[in-house]
Amino acid sequence: MSEQTLTVPTAPIVSPRSTALDLQPLRRGKLAAVLSDSIVLAHRSLLRVPRQLDWLIGVTVMPIMFLLLFRYIFGGTVQATMPPGVSAVNYLVVGIVVQGIVFGGMNTALGLATDAKEGLMDRFRSLPMTRMSVLLGRVLADLALTVFTTSITIMVGLLVGFRPTGNIIHWAAAIGIMLFTAFTMSWLGAAIGLWLKTIEAVNSIGFTLIFPITFISSAFIHPDFLPGWLQGFAKNQPFTLAVDSTRGLLTGYPDVGNKGWLAVGWLVGILIIVMPLSVWLFERRADA
Amino acid sequence: MADRQRFEGTHAIRAEGLRKTFGKTEALKGVDVSVPTGTVLGLLGPNGAGKTTTVRILTTLLRPDGGRAEVAGIDVFRDPERVRASIGLSGQYAAVDEILTGKENLVMFGQLYRLSKKAAVARADELLERFNLTDAANRSLKTYSGGMRRRLDLAGSLIVAPPVLFLDEPTTGLDPRSRNDMWAVIEDLVADGTTVLLTTQYLEEADRLADQIVVVDHGRIIAEGTADQLKAQLGGERLSISVPAGTNMDHAGNTLLAIARNGGGAELEVQVDANTHQLTVPFAAGSKGLAEAVRKLDAAGLEITDFSLRRPTLDEVFLTLTGHATEDDINGGANGAGKEIAA
Repeated sequence: MSEQTLTVPTAPIVSPRSTALDLQPLRRGKLAAVLSDSIVLAHRSLLRVPRQLDWLIGVTVMPIMFLLLFRYIFGGTVQATMPPGVSAVNYLVVGIVVQGIVFGGMNTALGLATDAKEGLMDRFRSLPMTRMSVLLGRVLADLALTVFTTSITIMVGLLVGFRPTGNIIHWAAAIGIMLFTAFTMSWLGAAIGLWLKTIEAVNSIGFTLIFPITFISSAFIHPDFLPGWLQGFAKNQPFTLAVDSTRGLLTGYPDVGNKGWLAVGWLVGILIIVMPLSVWLFERRADA
Repeated sequence: MADRQRFEGTHAIRAEGLRKTFGKTEALKGVDVSVPTGTVLGLLGPNGAGKTTTVRILTTLLRPDGGRAEVAGIDVFRDPERVRASIGLSGQYAAVDEILTGKENLVMFGQLYRLSKKAAVARADELLERFNLTDAANRSLKTYSGGMRRRLDLAGSLIVAPPVLFLDEPTTGLDPRSRNDMWAVIEDLVADGTTVLLTTQYLEEADRLADQIVVVDHGRIIAEGTADQLKAQLGGERLSISVPAGTNMDHAGNTLLAIARNGGGAELEVQVDANTHQLTVPFAAGSKGLAEAVRKLDAAGLEITDFSLRRPTLDEVFLTLTGHATEDDINGGANGAGKEIAA
């Protein structure tokens, strides 16, 4: 940066007045305002993504790494637990894809912690914008990011032997469940990020909380093979229901039954808690 | 063109009895602030005095536990959204997106102020030009210098040409040249009719920019007035000398006192710092009396390693006003605030 650009000419040129522009704000209804503000902030978050390449590569590669490790290290072992004719690769790929979606929610936690650290949170709060959109904009951007990383994971899965059997309706339903899971996990991430406040705490405590939930489940091995005292939780927790319903829809095993509806029910229940909780934590932050 | 919201009342900012407690810490214990429209109020104090808390309350970021406040004639607690549309806030920690470009930042802020995309882009271009940032408009903020970043931050708070501007330590951490540039920009804004409340740790900054200065400490206002009134209260310049270790400090102190009294009988006190071997005394004669002072020190047989005439530092302001020094370490500018004449 040249020294010249730092010099302010002596003539008073920094009148805040605009010479030619109409600076009157547009009038919008409350809902339209939330949406337009959210889109502005989602756009801002997405502009950041390709400029933080090391981070983007990290979040894209992590699920692929999980996929390859489980596929080639535990694939054979898991195959031995499968009923005849069921592919362990099919089983594992869906588990890891949905795990990646759950981890995607932590991007929201990290993003909000970063904004708080950089002082942007206060800037946003001082603007005549809807406060809800600081959260919603972030969630929408992270949803787009998760769609991107999940698509890549699925493609890598296809390369290493994932052979889904579902028809277009099954796929539509599975994608719906995955998107809803991503949306809910992003709001959970928002609550975690606003609660823990710092990037460091999110990285350590946040992931420490999320990790066991994705493992004590049906994601990697059928819960029948877990220690007895873990089975009750592993078979009925929402993550298992999301994994099993997606898996059933895409690969035909296990039977979907009412698991899809149970998963959606759980997600709605979680959302009803974490959305207002996030908004409350966001408002409360201001007074602490 | 309806290009600027006007505020016609006599006081753009009026606050009474602001109180705020964090946990067990009373951050504000009843602060009254009133800023006549079109003037600058400087809120002066060390870290933790309550400056930022006051600004956060007046800009709707924080709810106080008690008190009333009006900004641009709008009740801050009843109608915070309308207040936000009438103010600009530029923070101590440049609150701009580090990863976006300068222009992307301003367009985003413009859209969040509810300008149409087209108007936001045009306004961003206009502000970038006025702040001499056009060349850097499409560069990531990571490549900006501290001064450029601070100017962009200020530009972001001027999107809708708000009638009231809050600047929280606008020059903390800037080099002297960028600081001067920033002062010039703020003076232009004020000349244009903007009402400004700024917080600072620097006496010199408040001196240059503020019409009225309010000194806060421990959440309370301890002095207020114009810069001249405060300076009169503080007794003008200080003469400081440093002597080699092993010097008889009593002898040095008495000599310095005699010099400062200059034959008169004024009640003066000499401050002695035994660790740095520095002695300081109020010196009414100013720079005219310097040659005389040097001669007398020499005649008294005192060896001097450093010799300076300077205005009181913030520490001395506090010592005078409160009887205690600032508890926080005030770095950089506060000590360099006075003019220094080295011998």
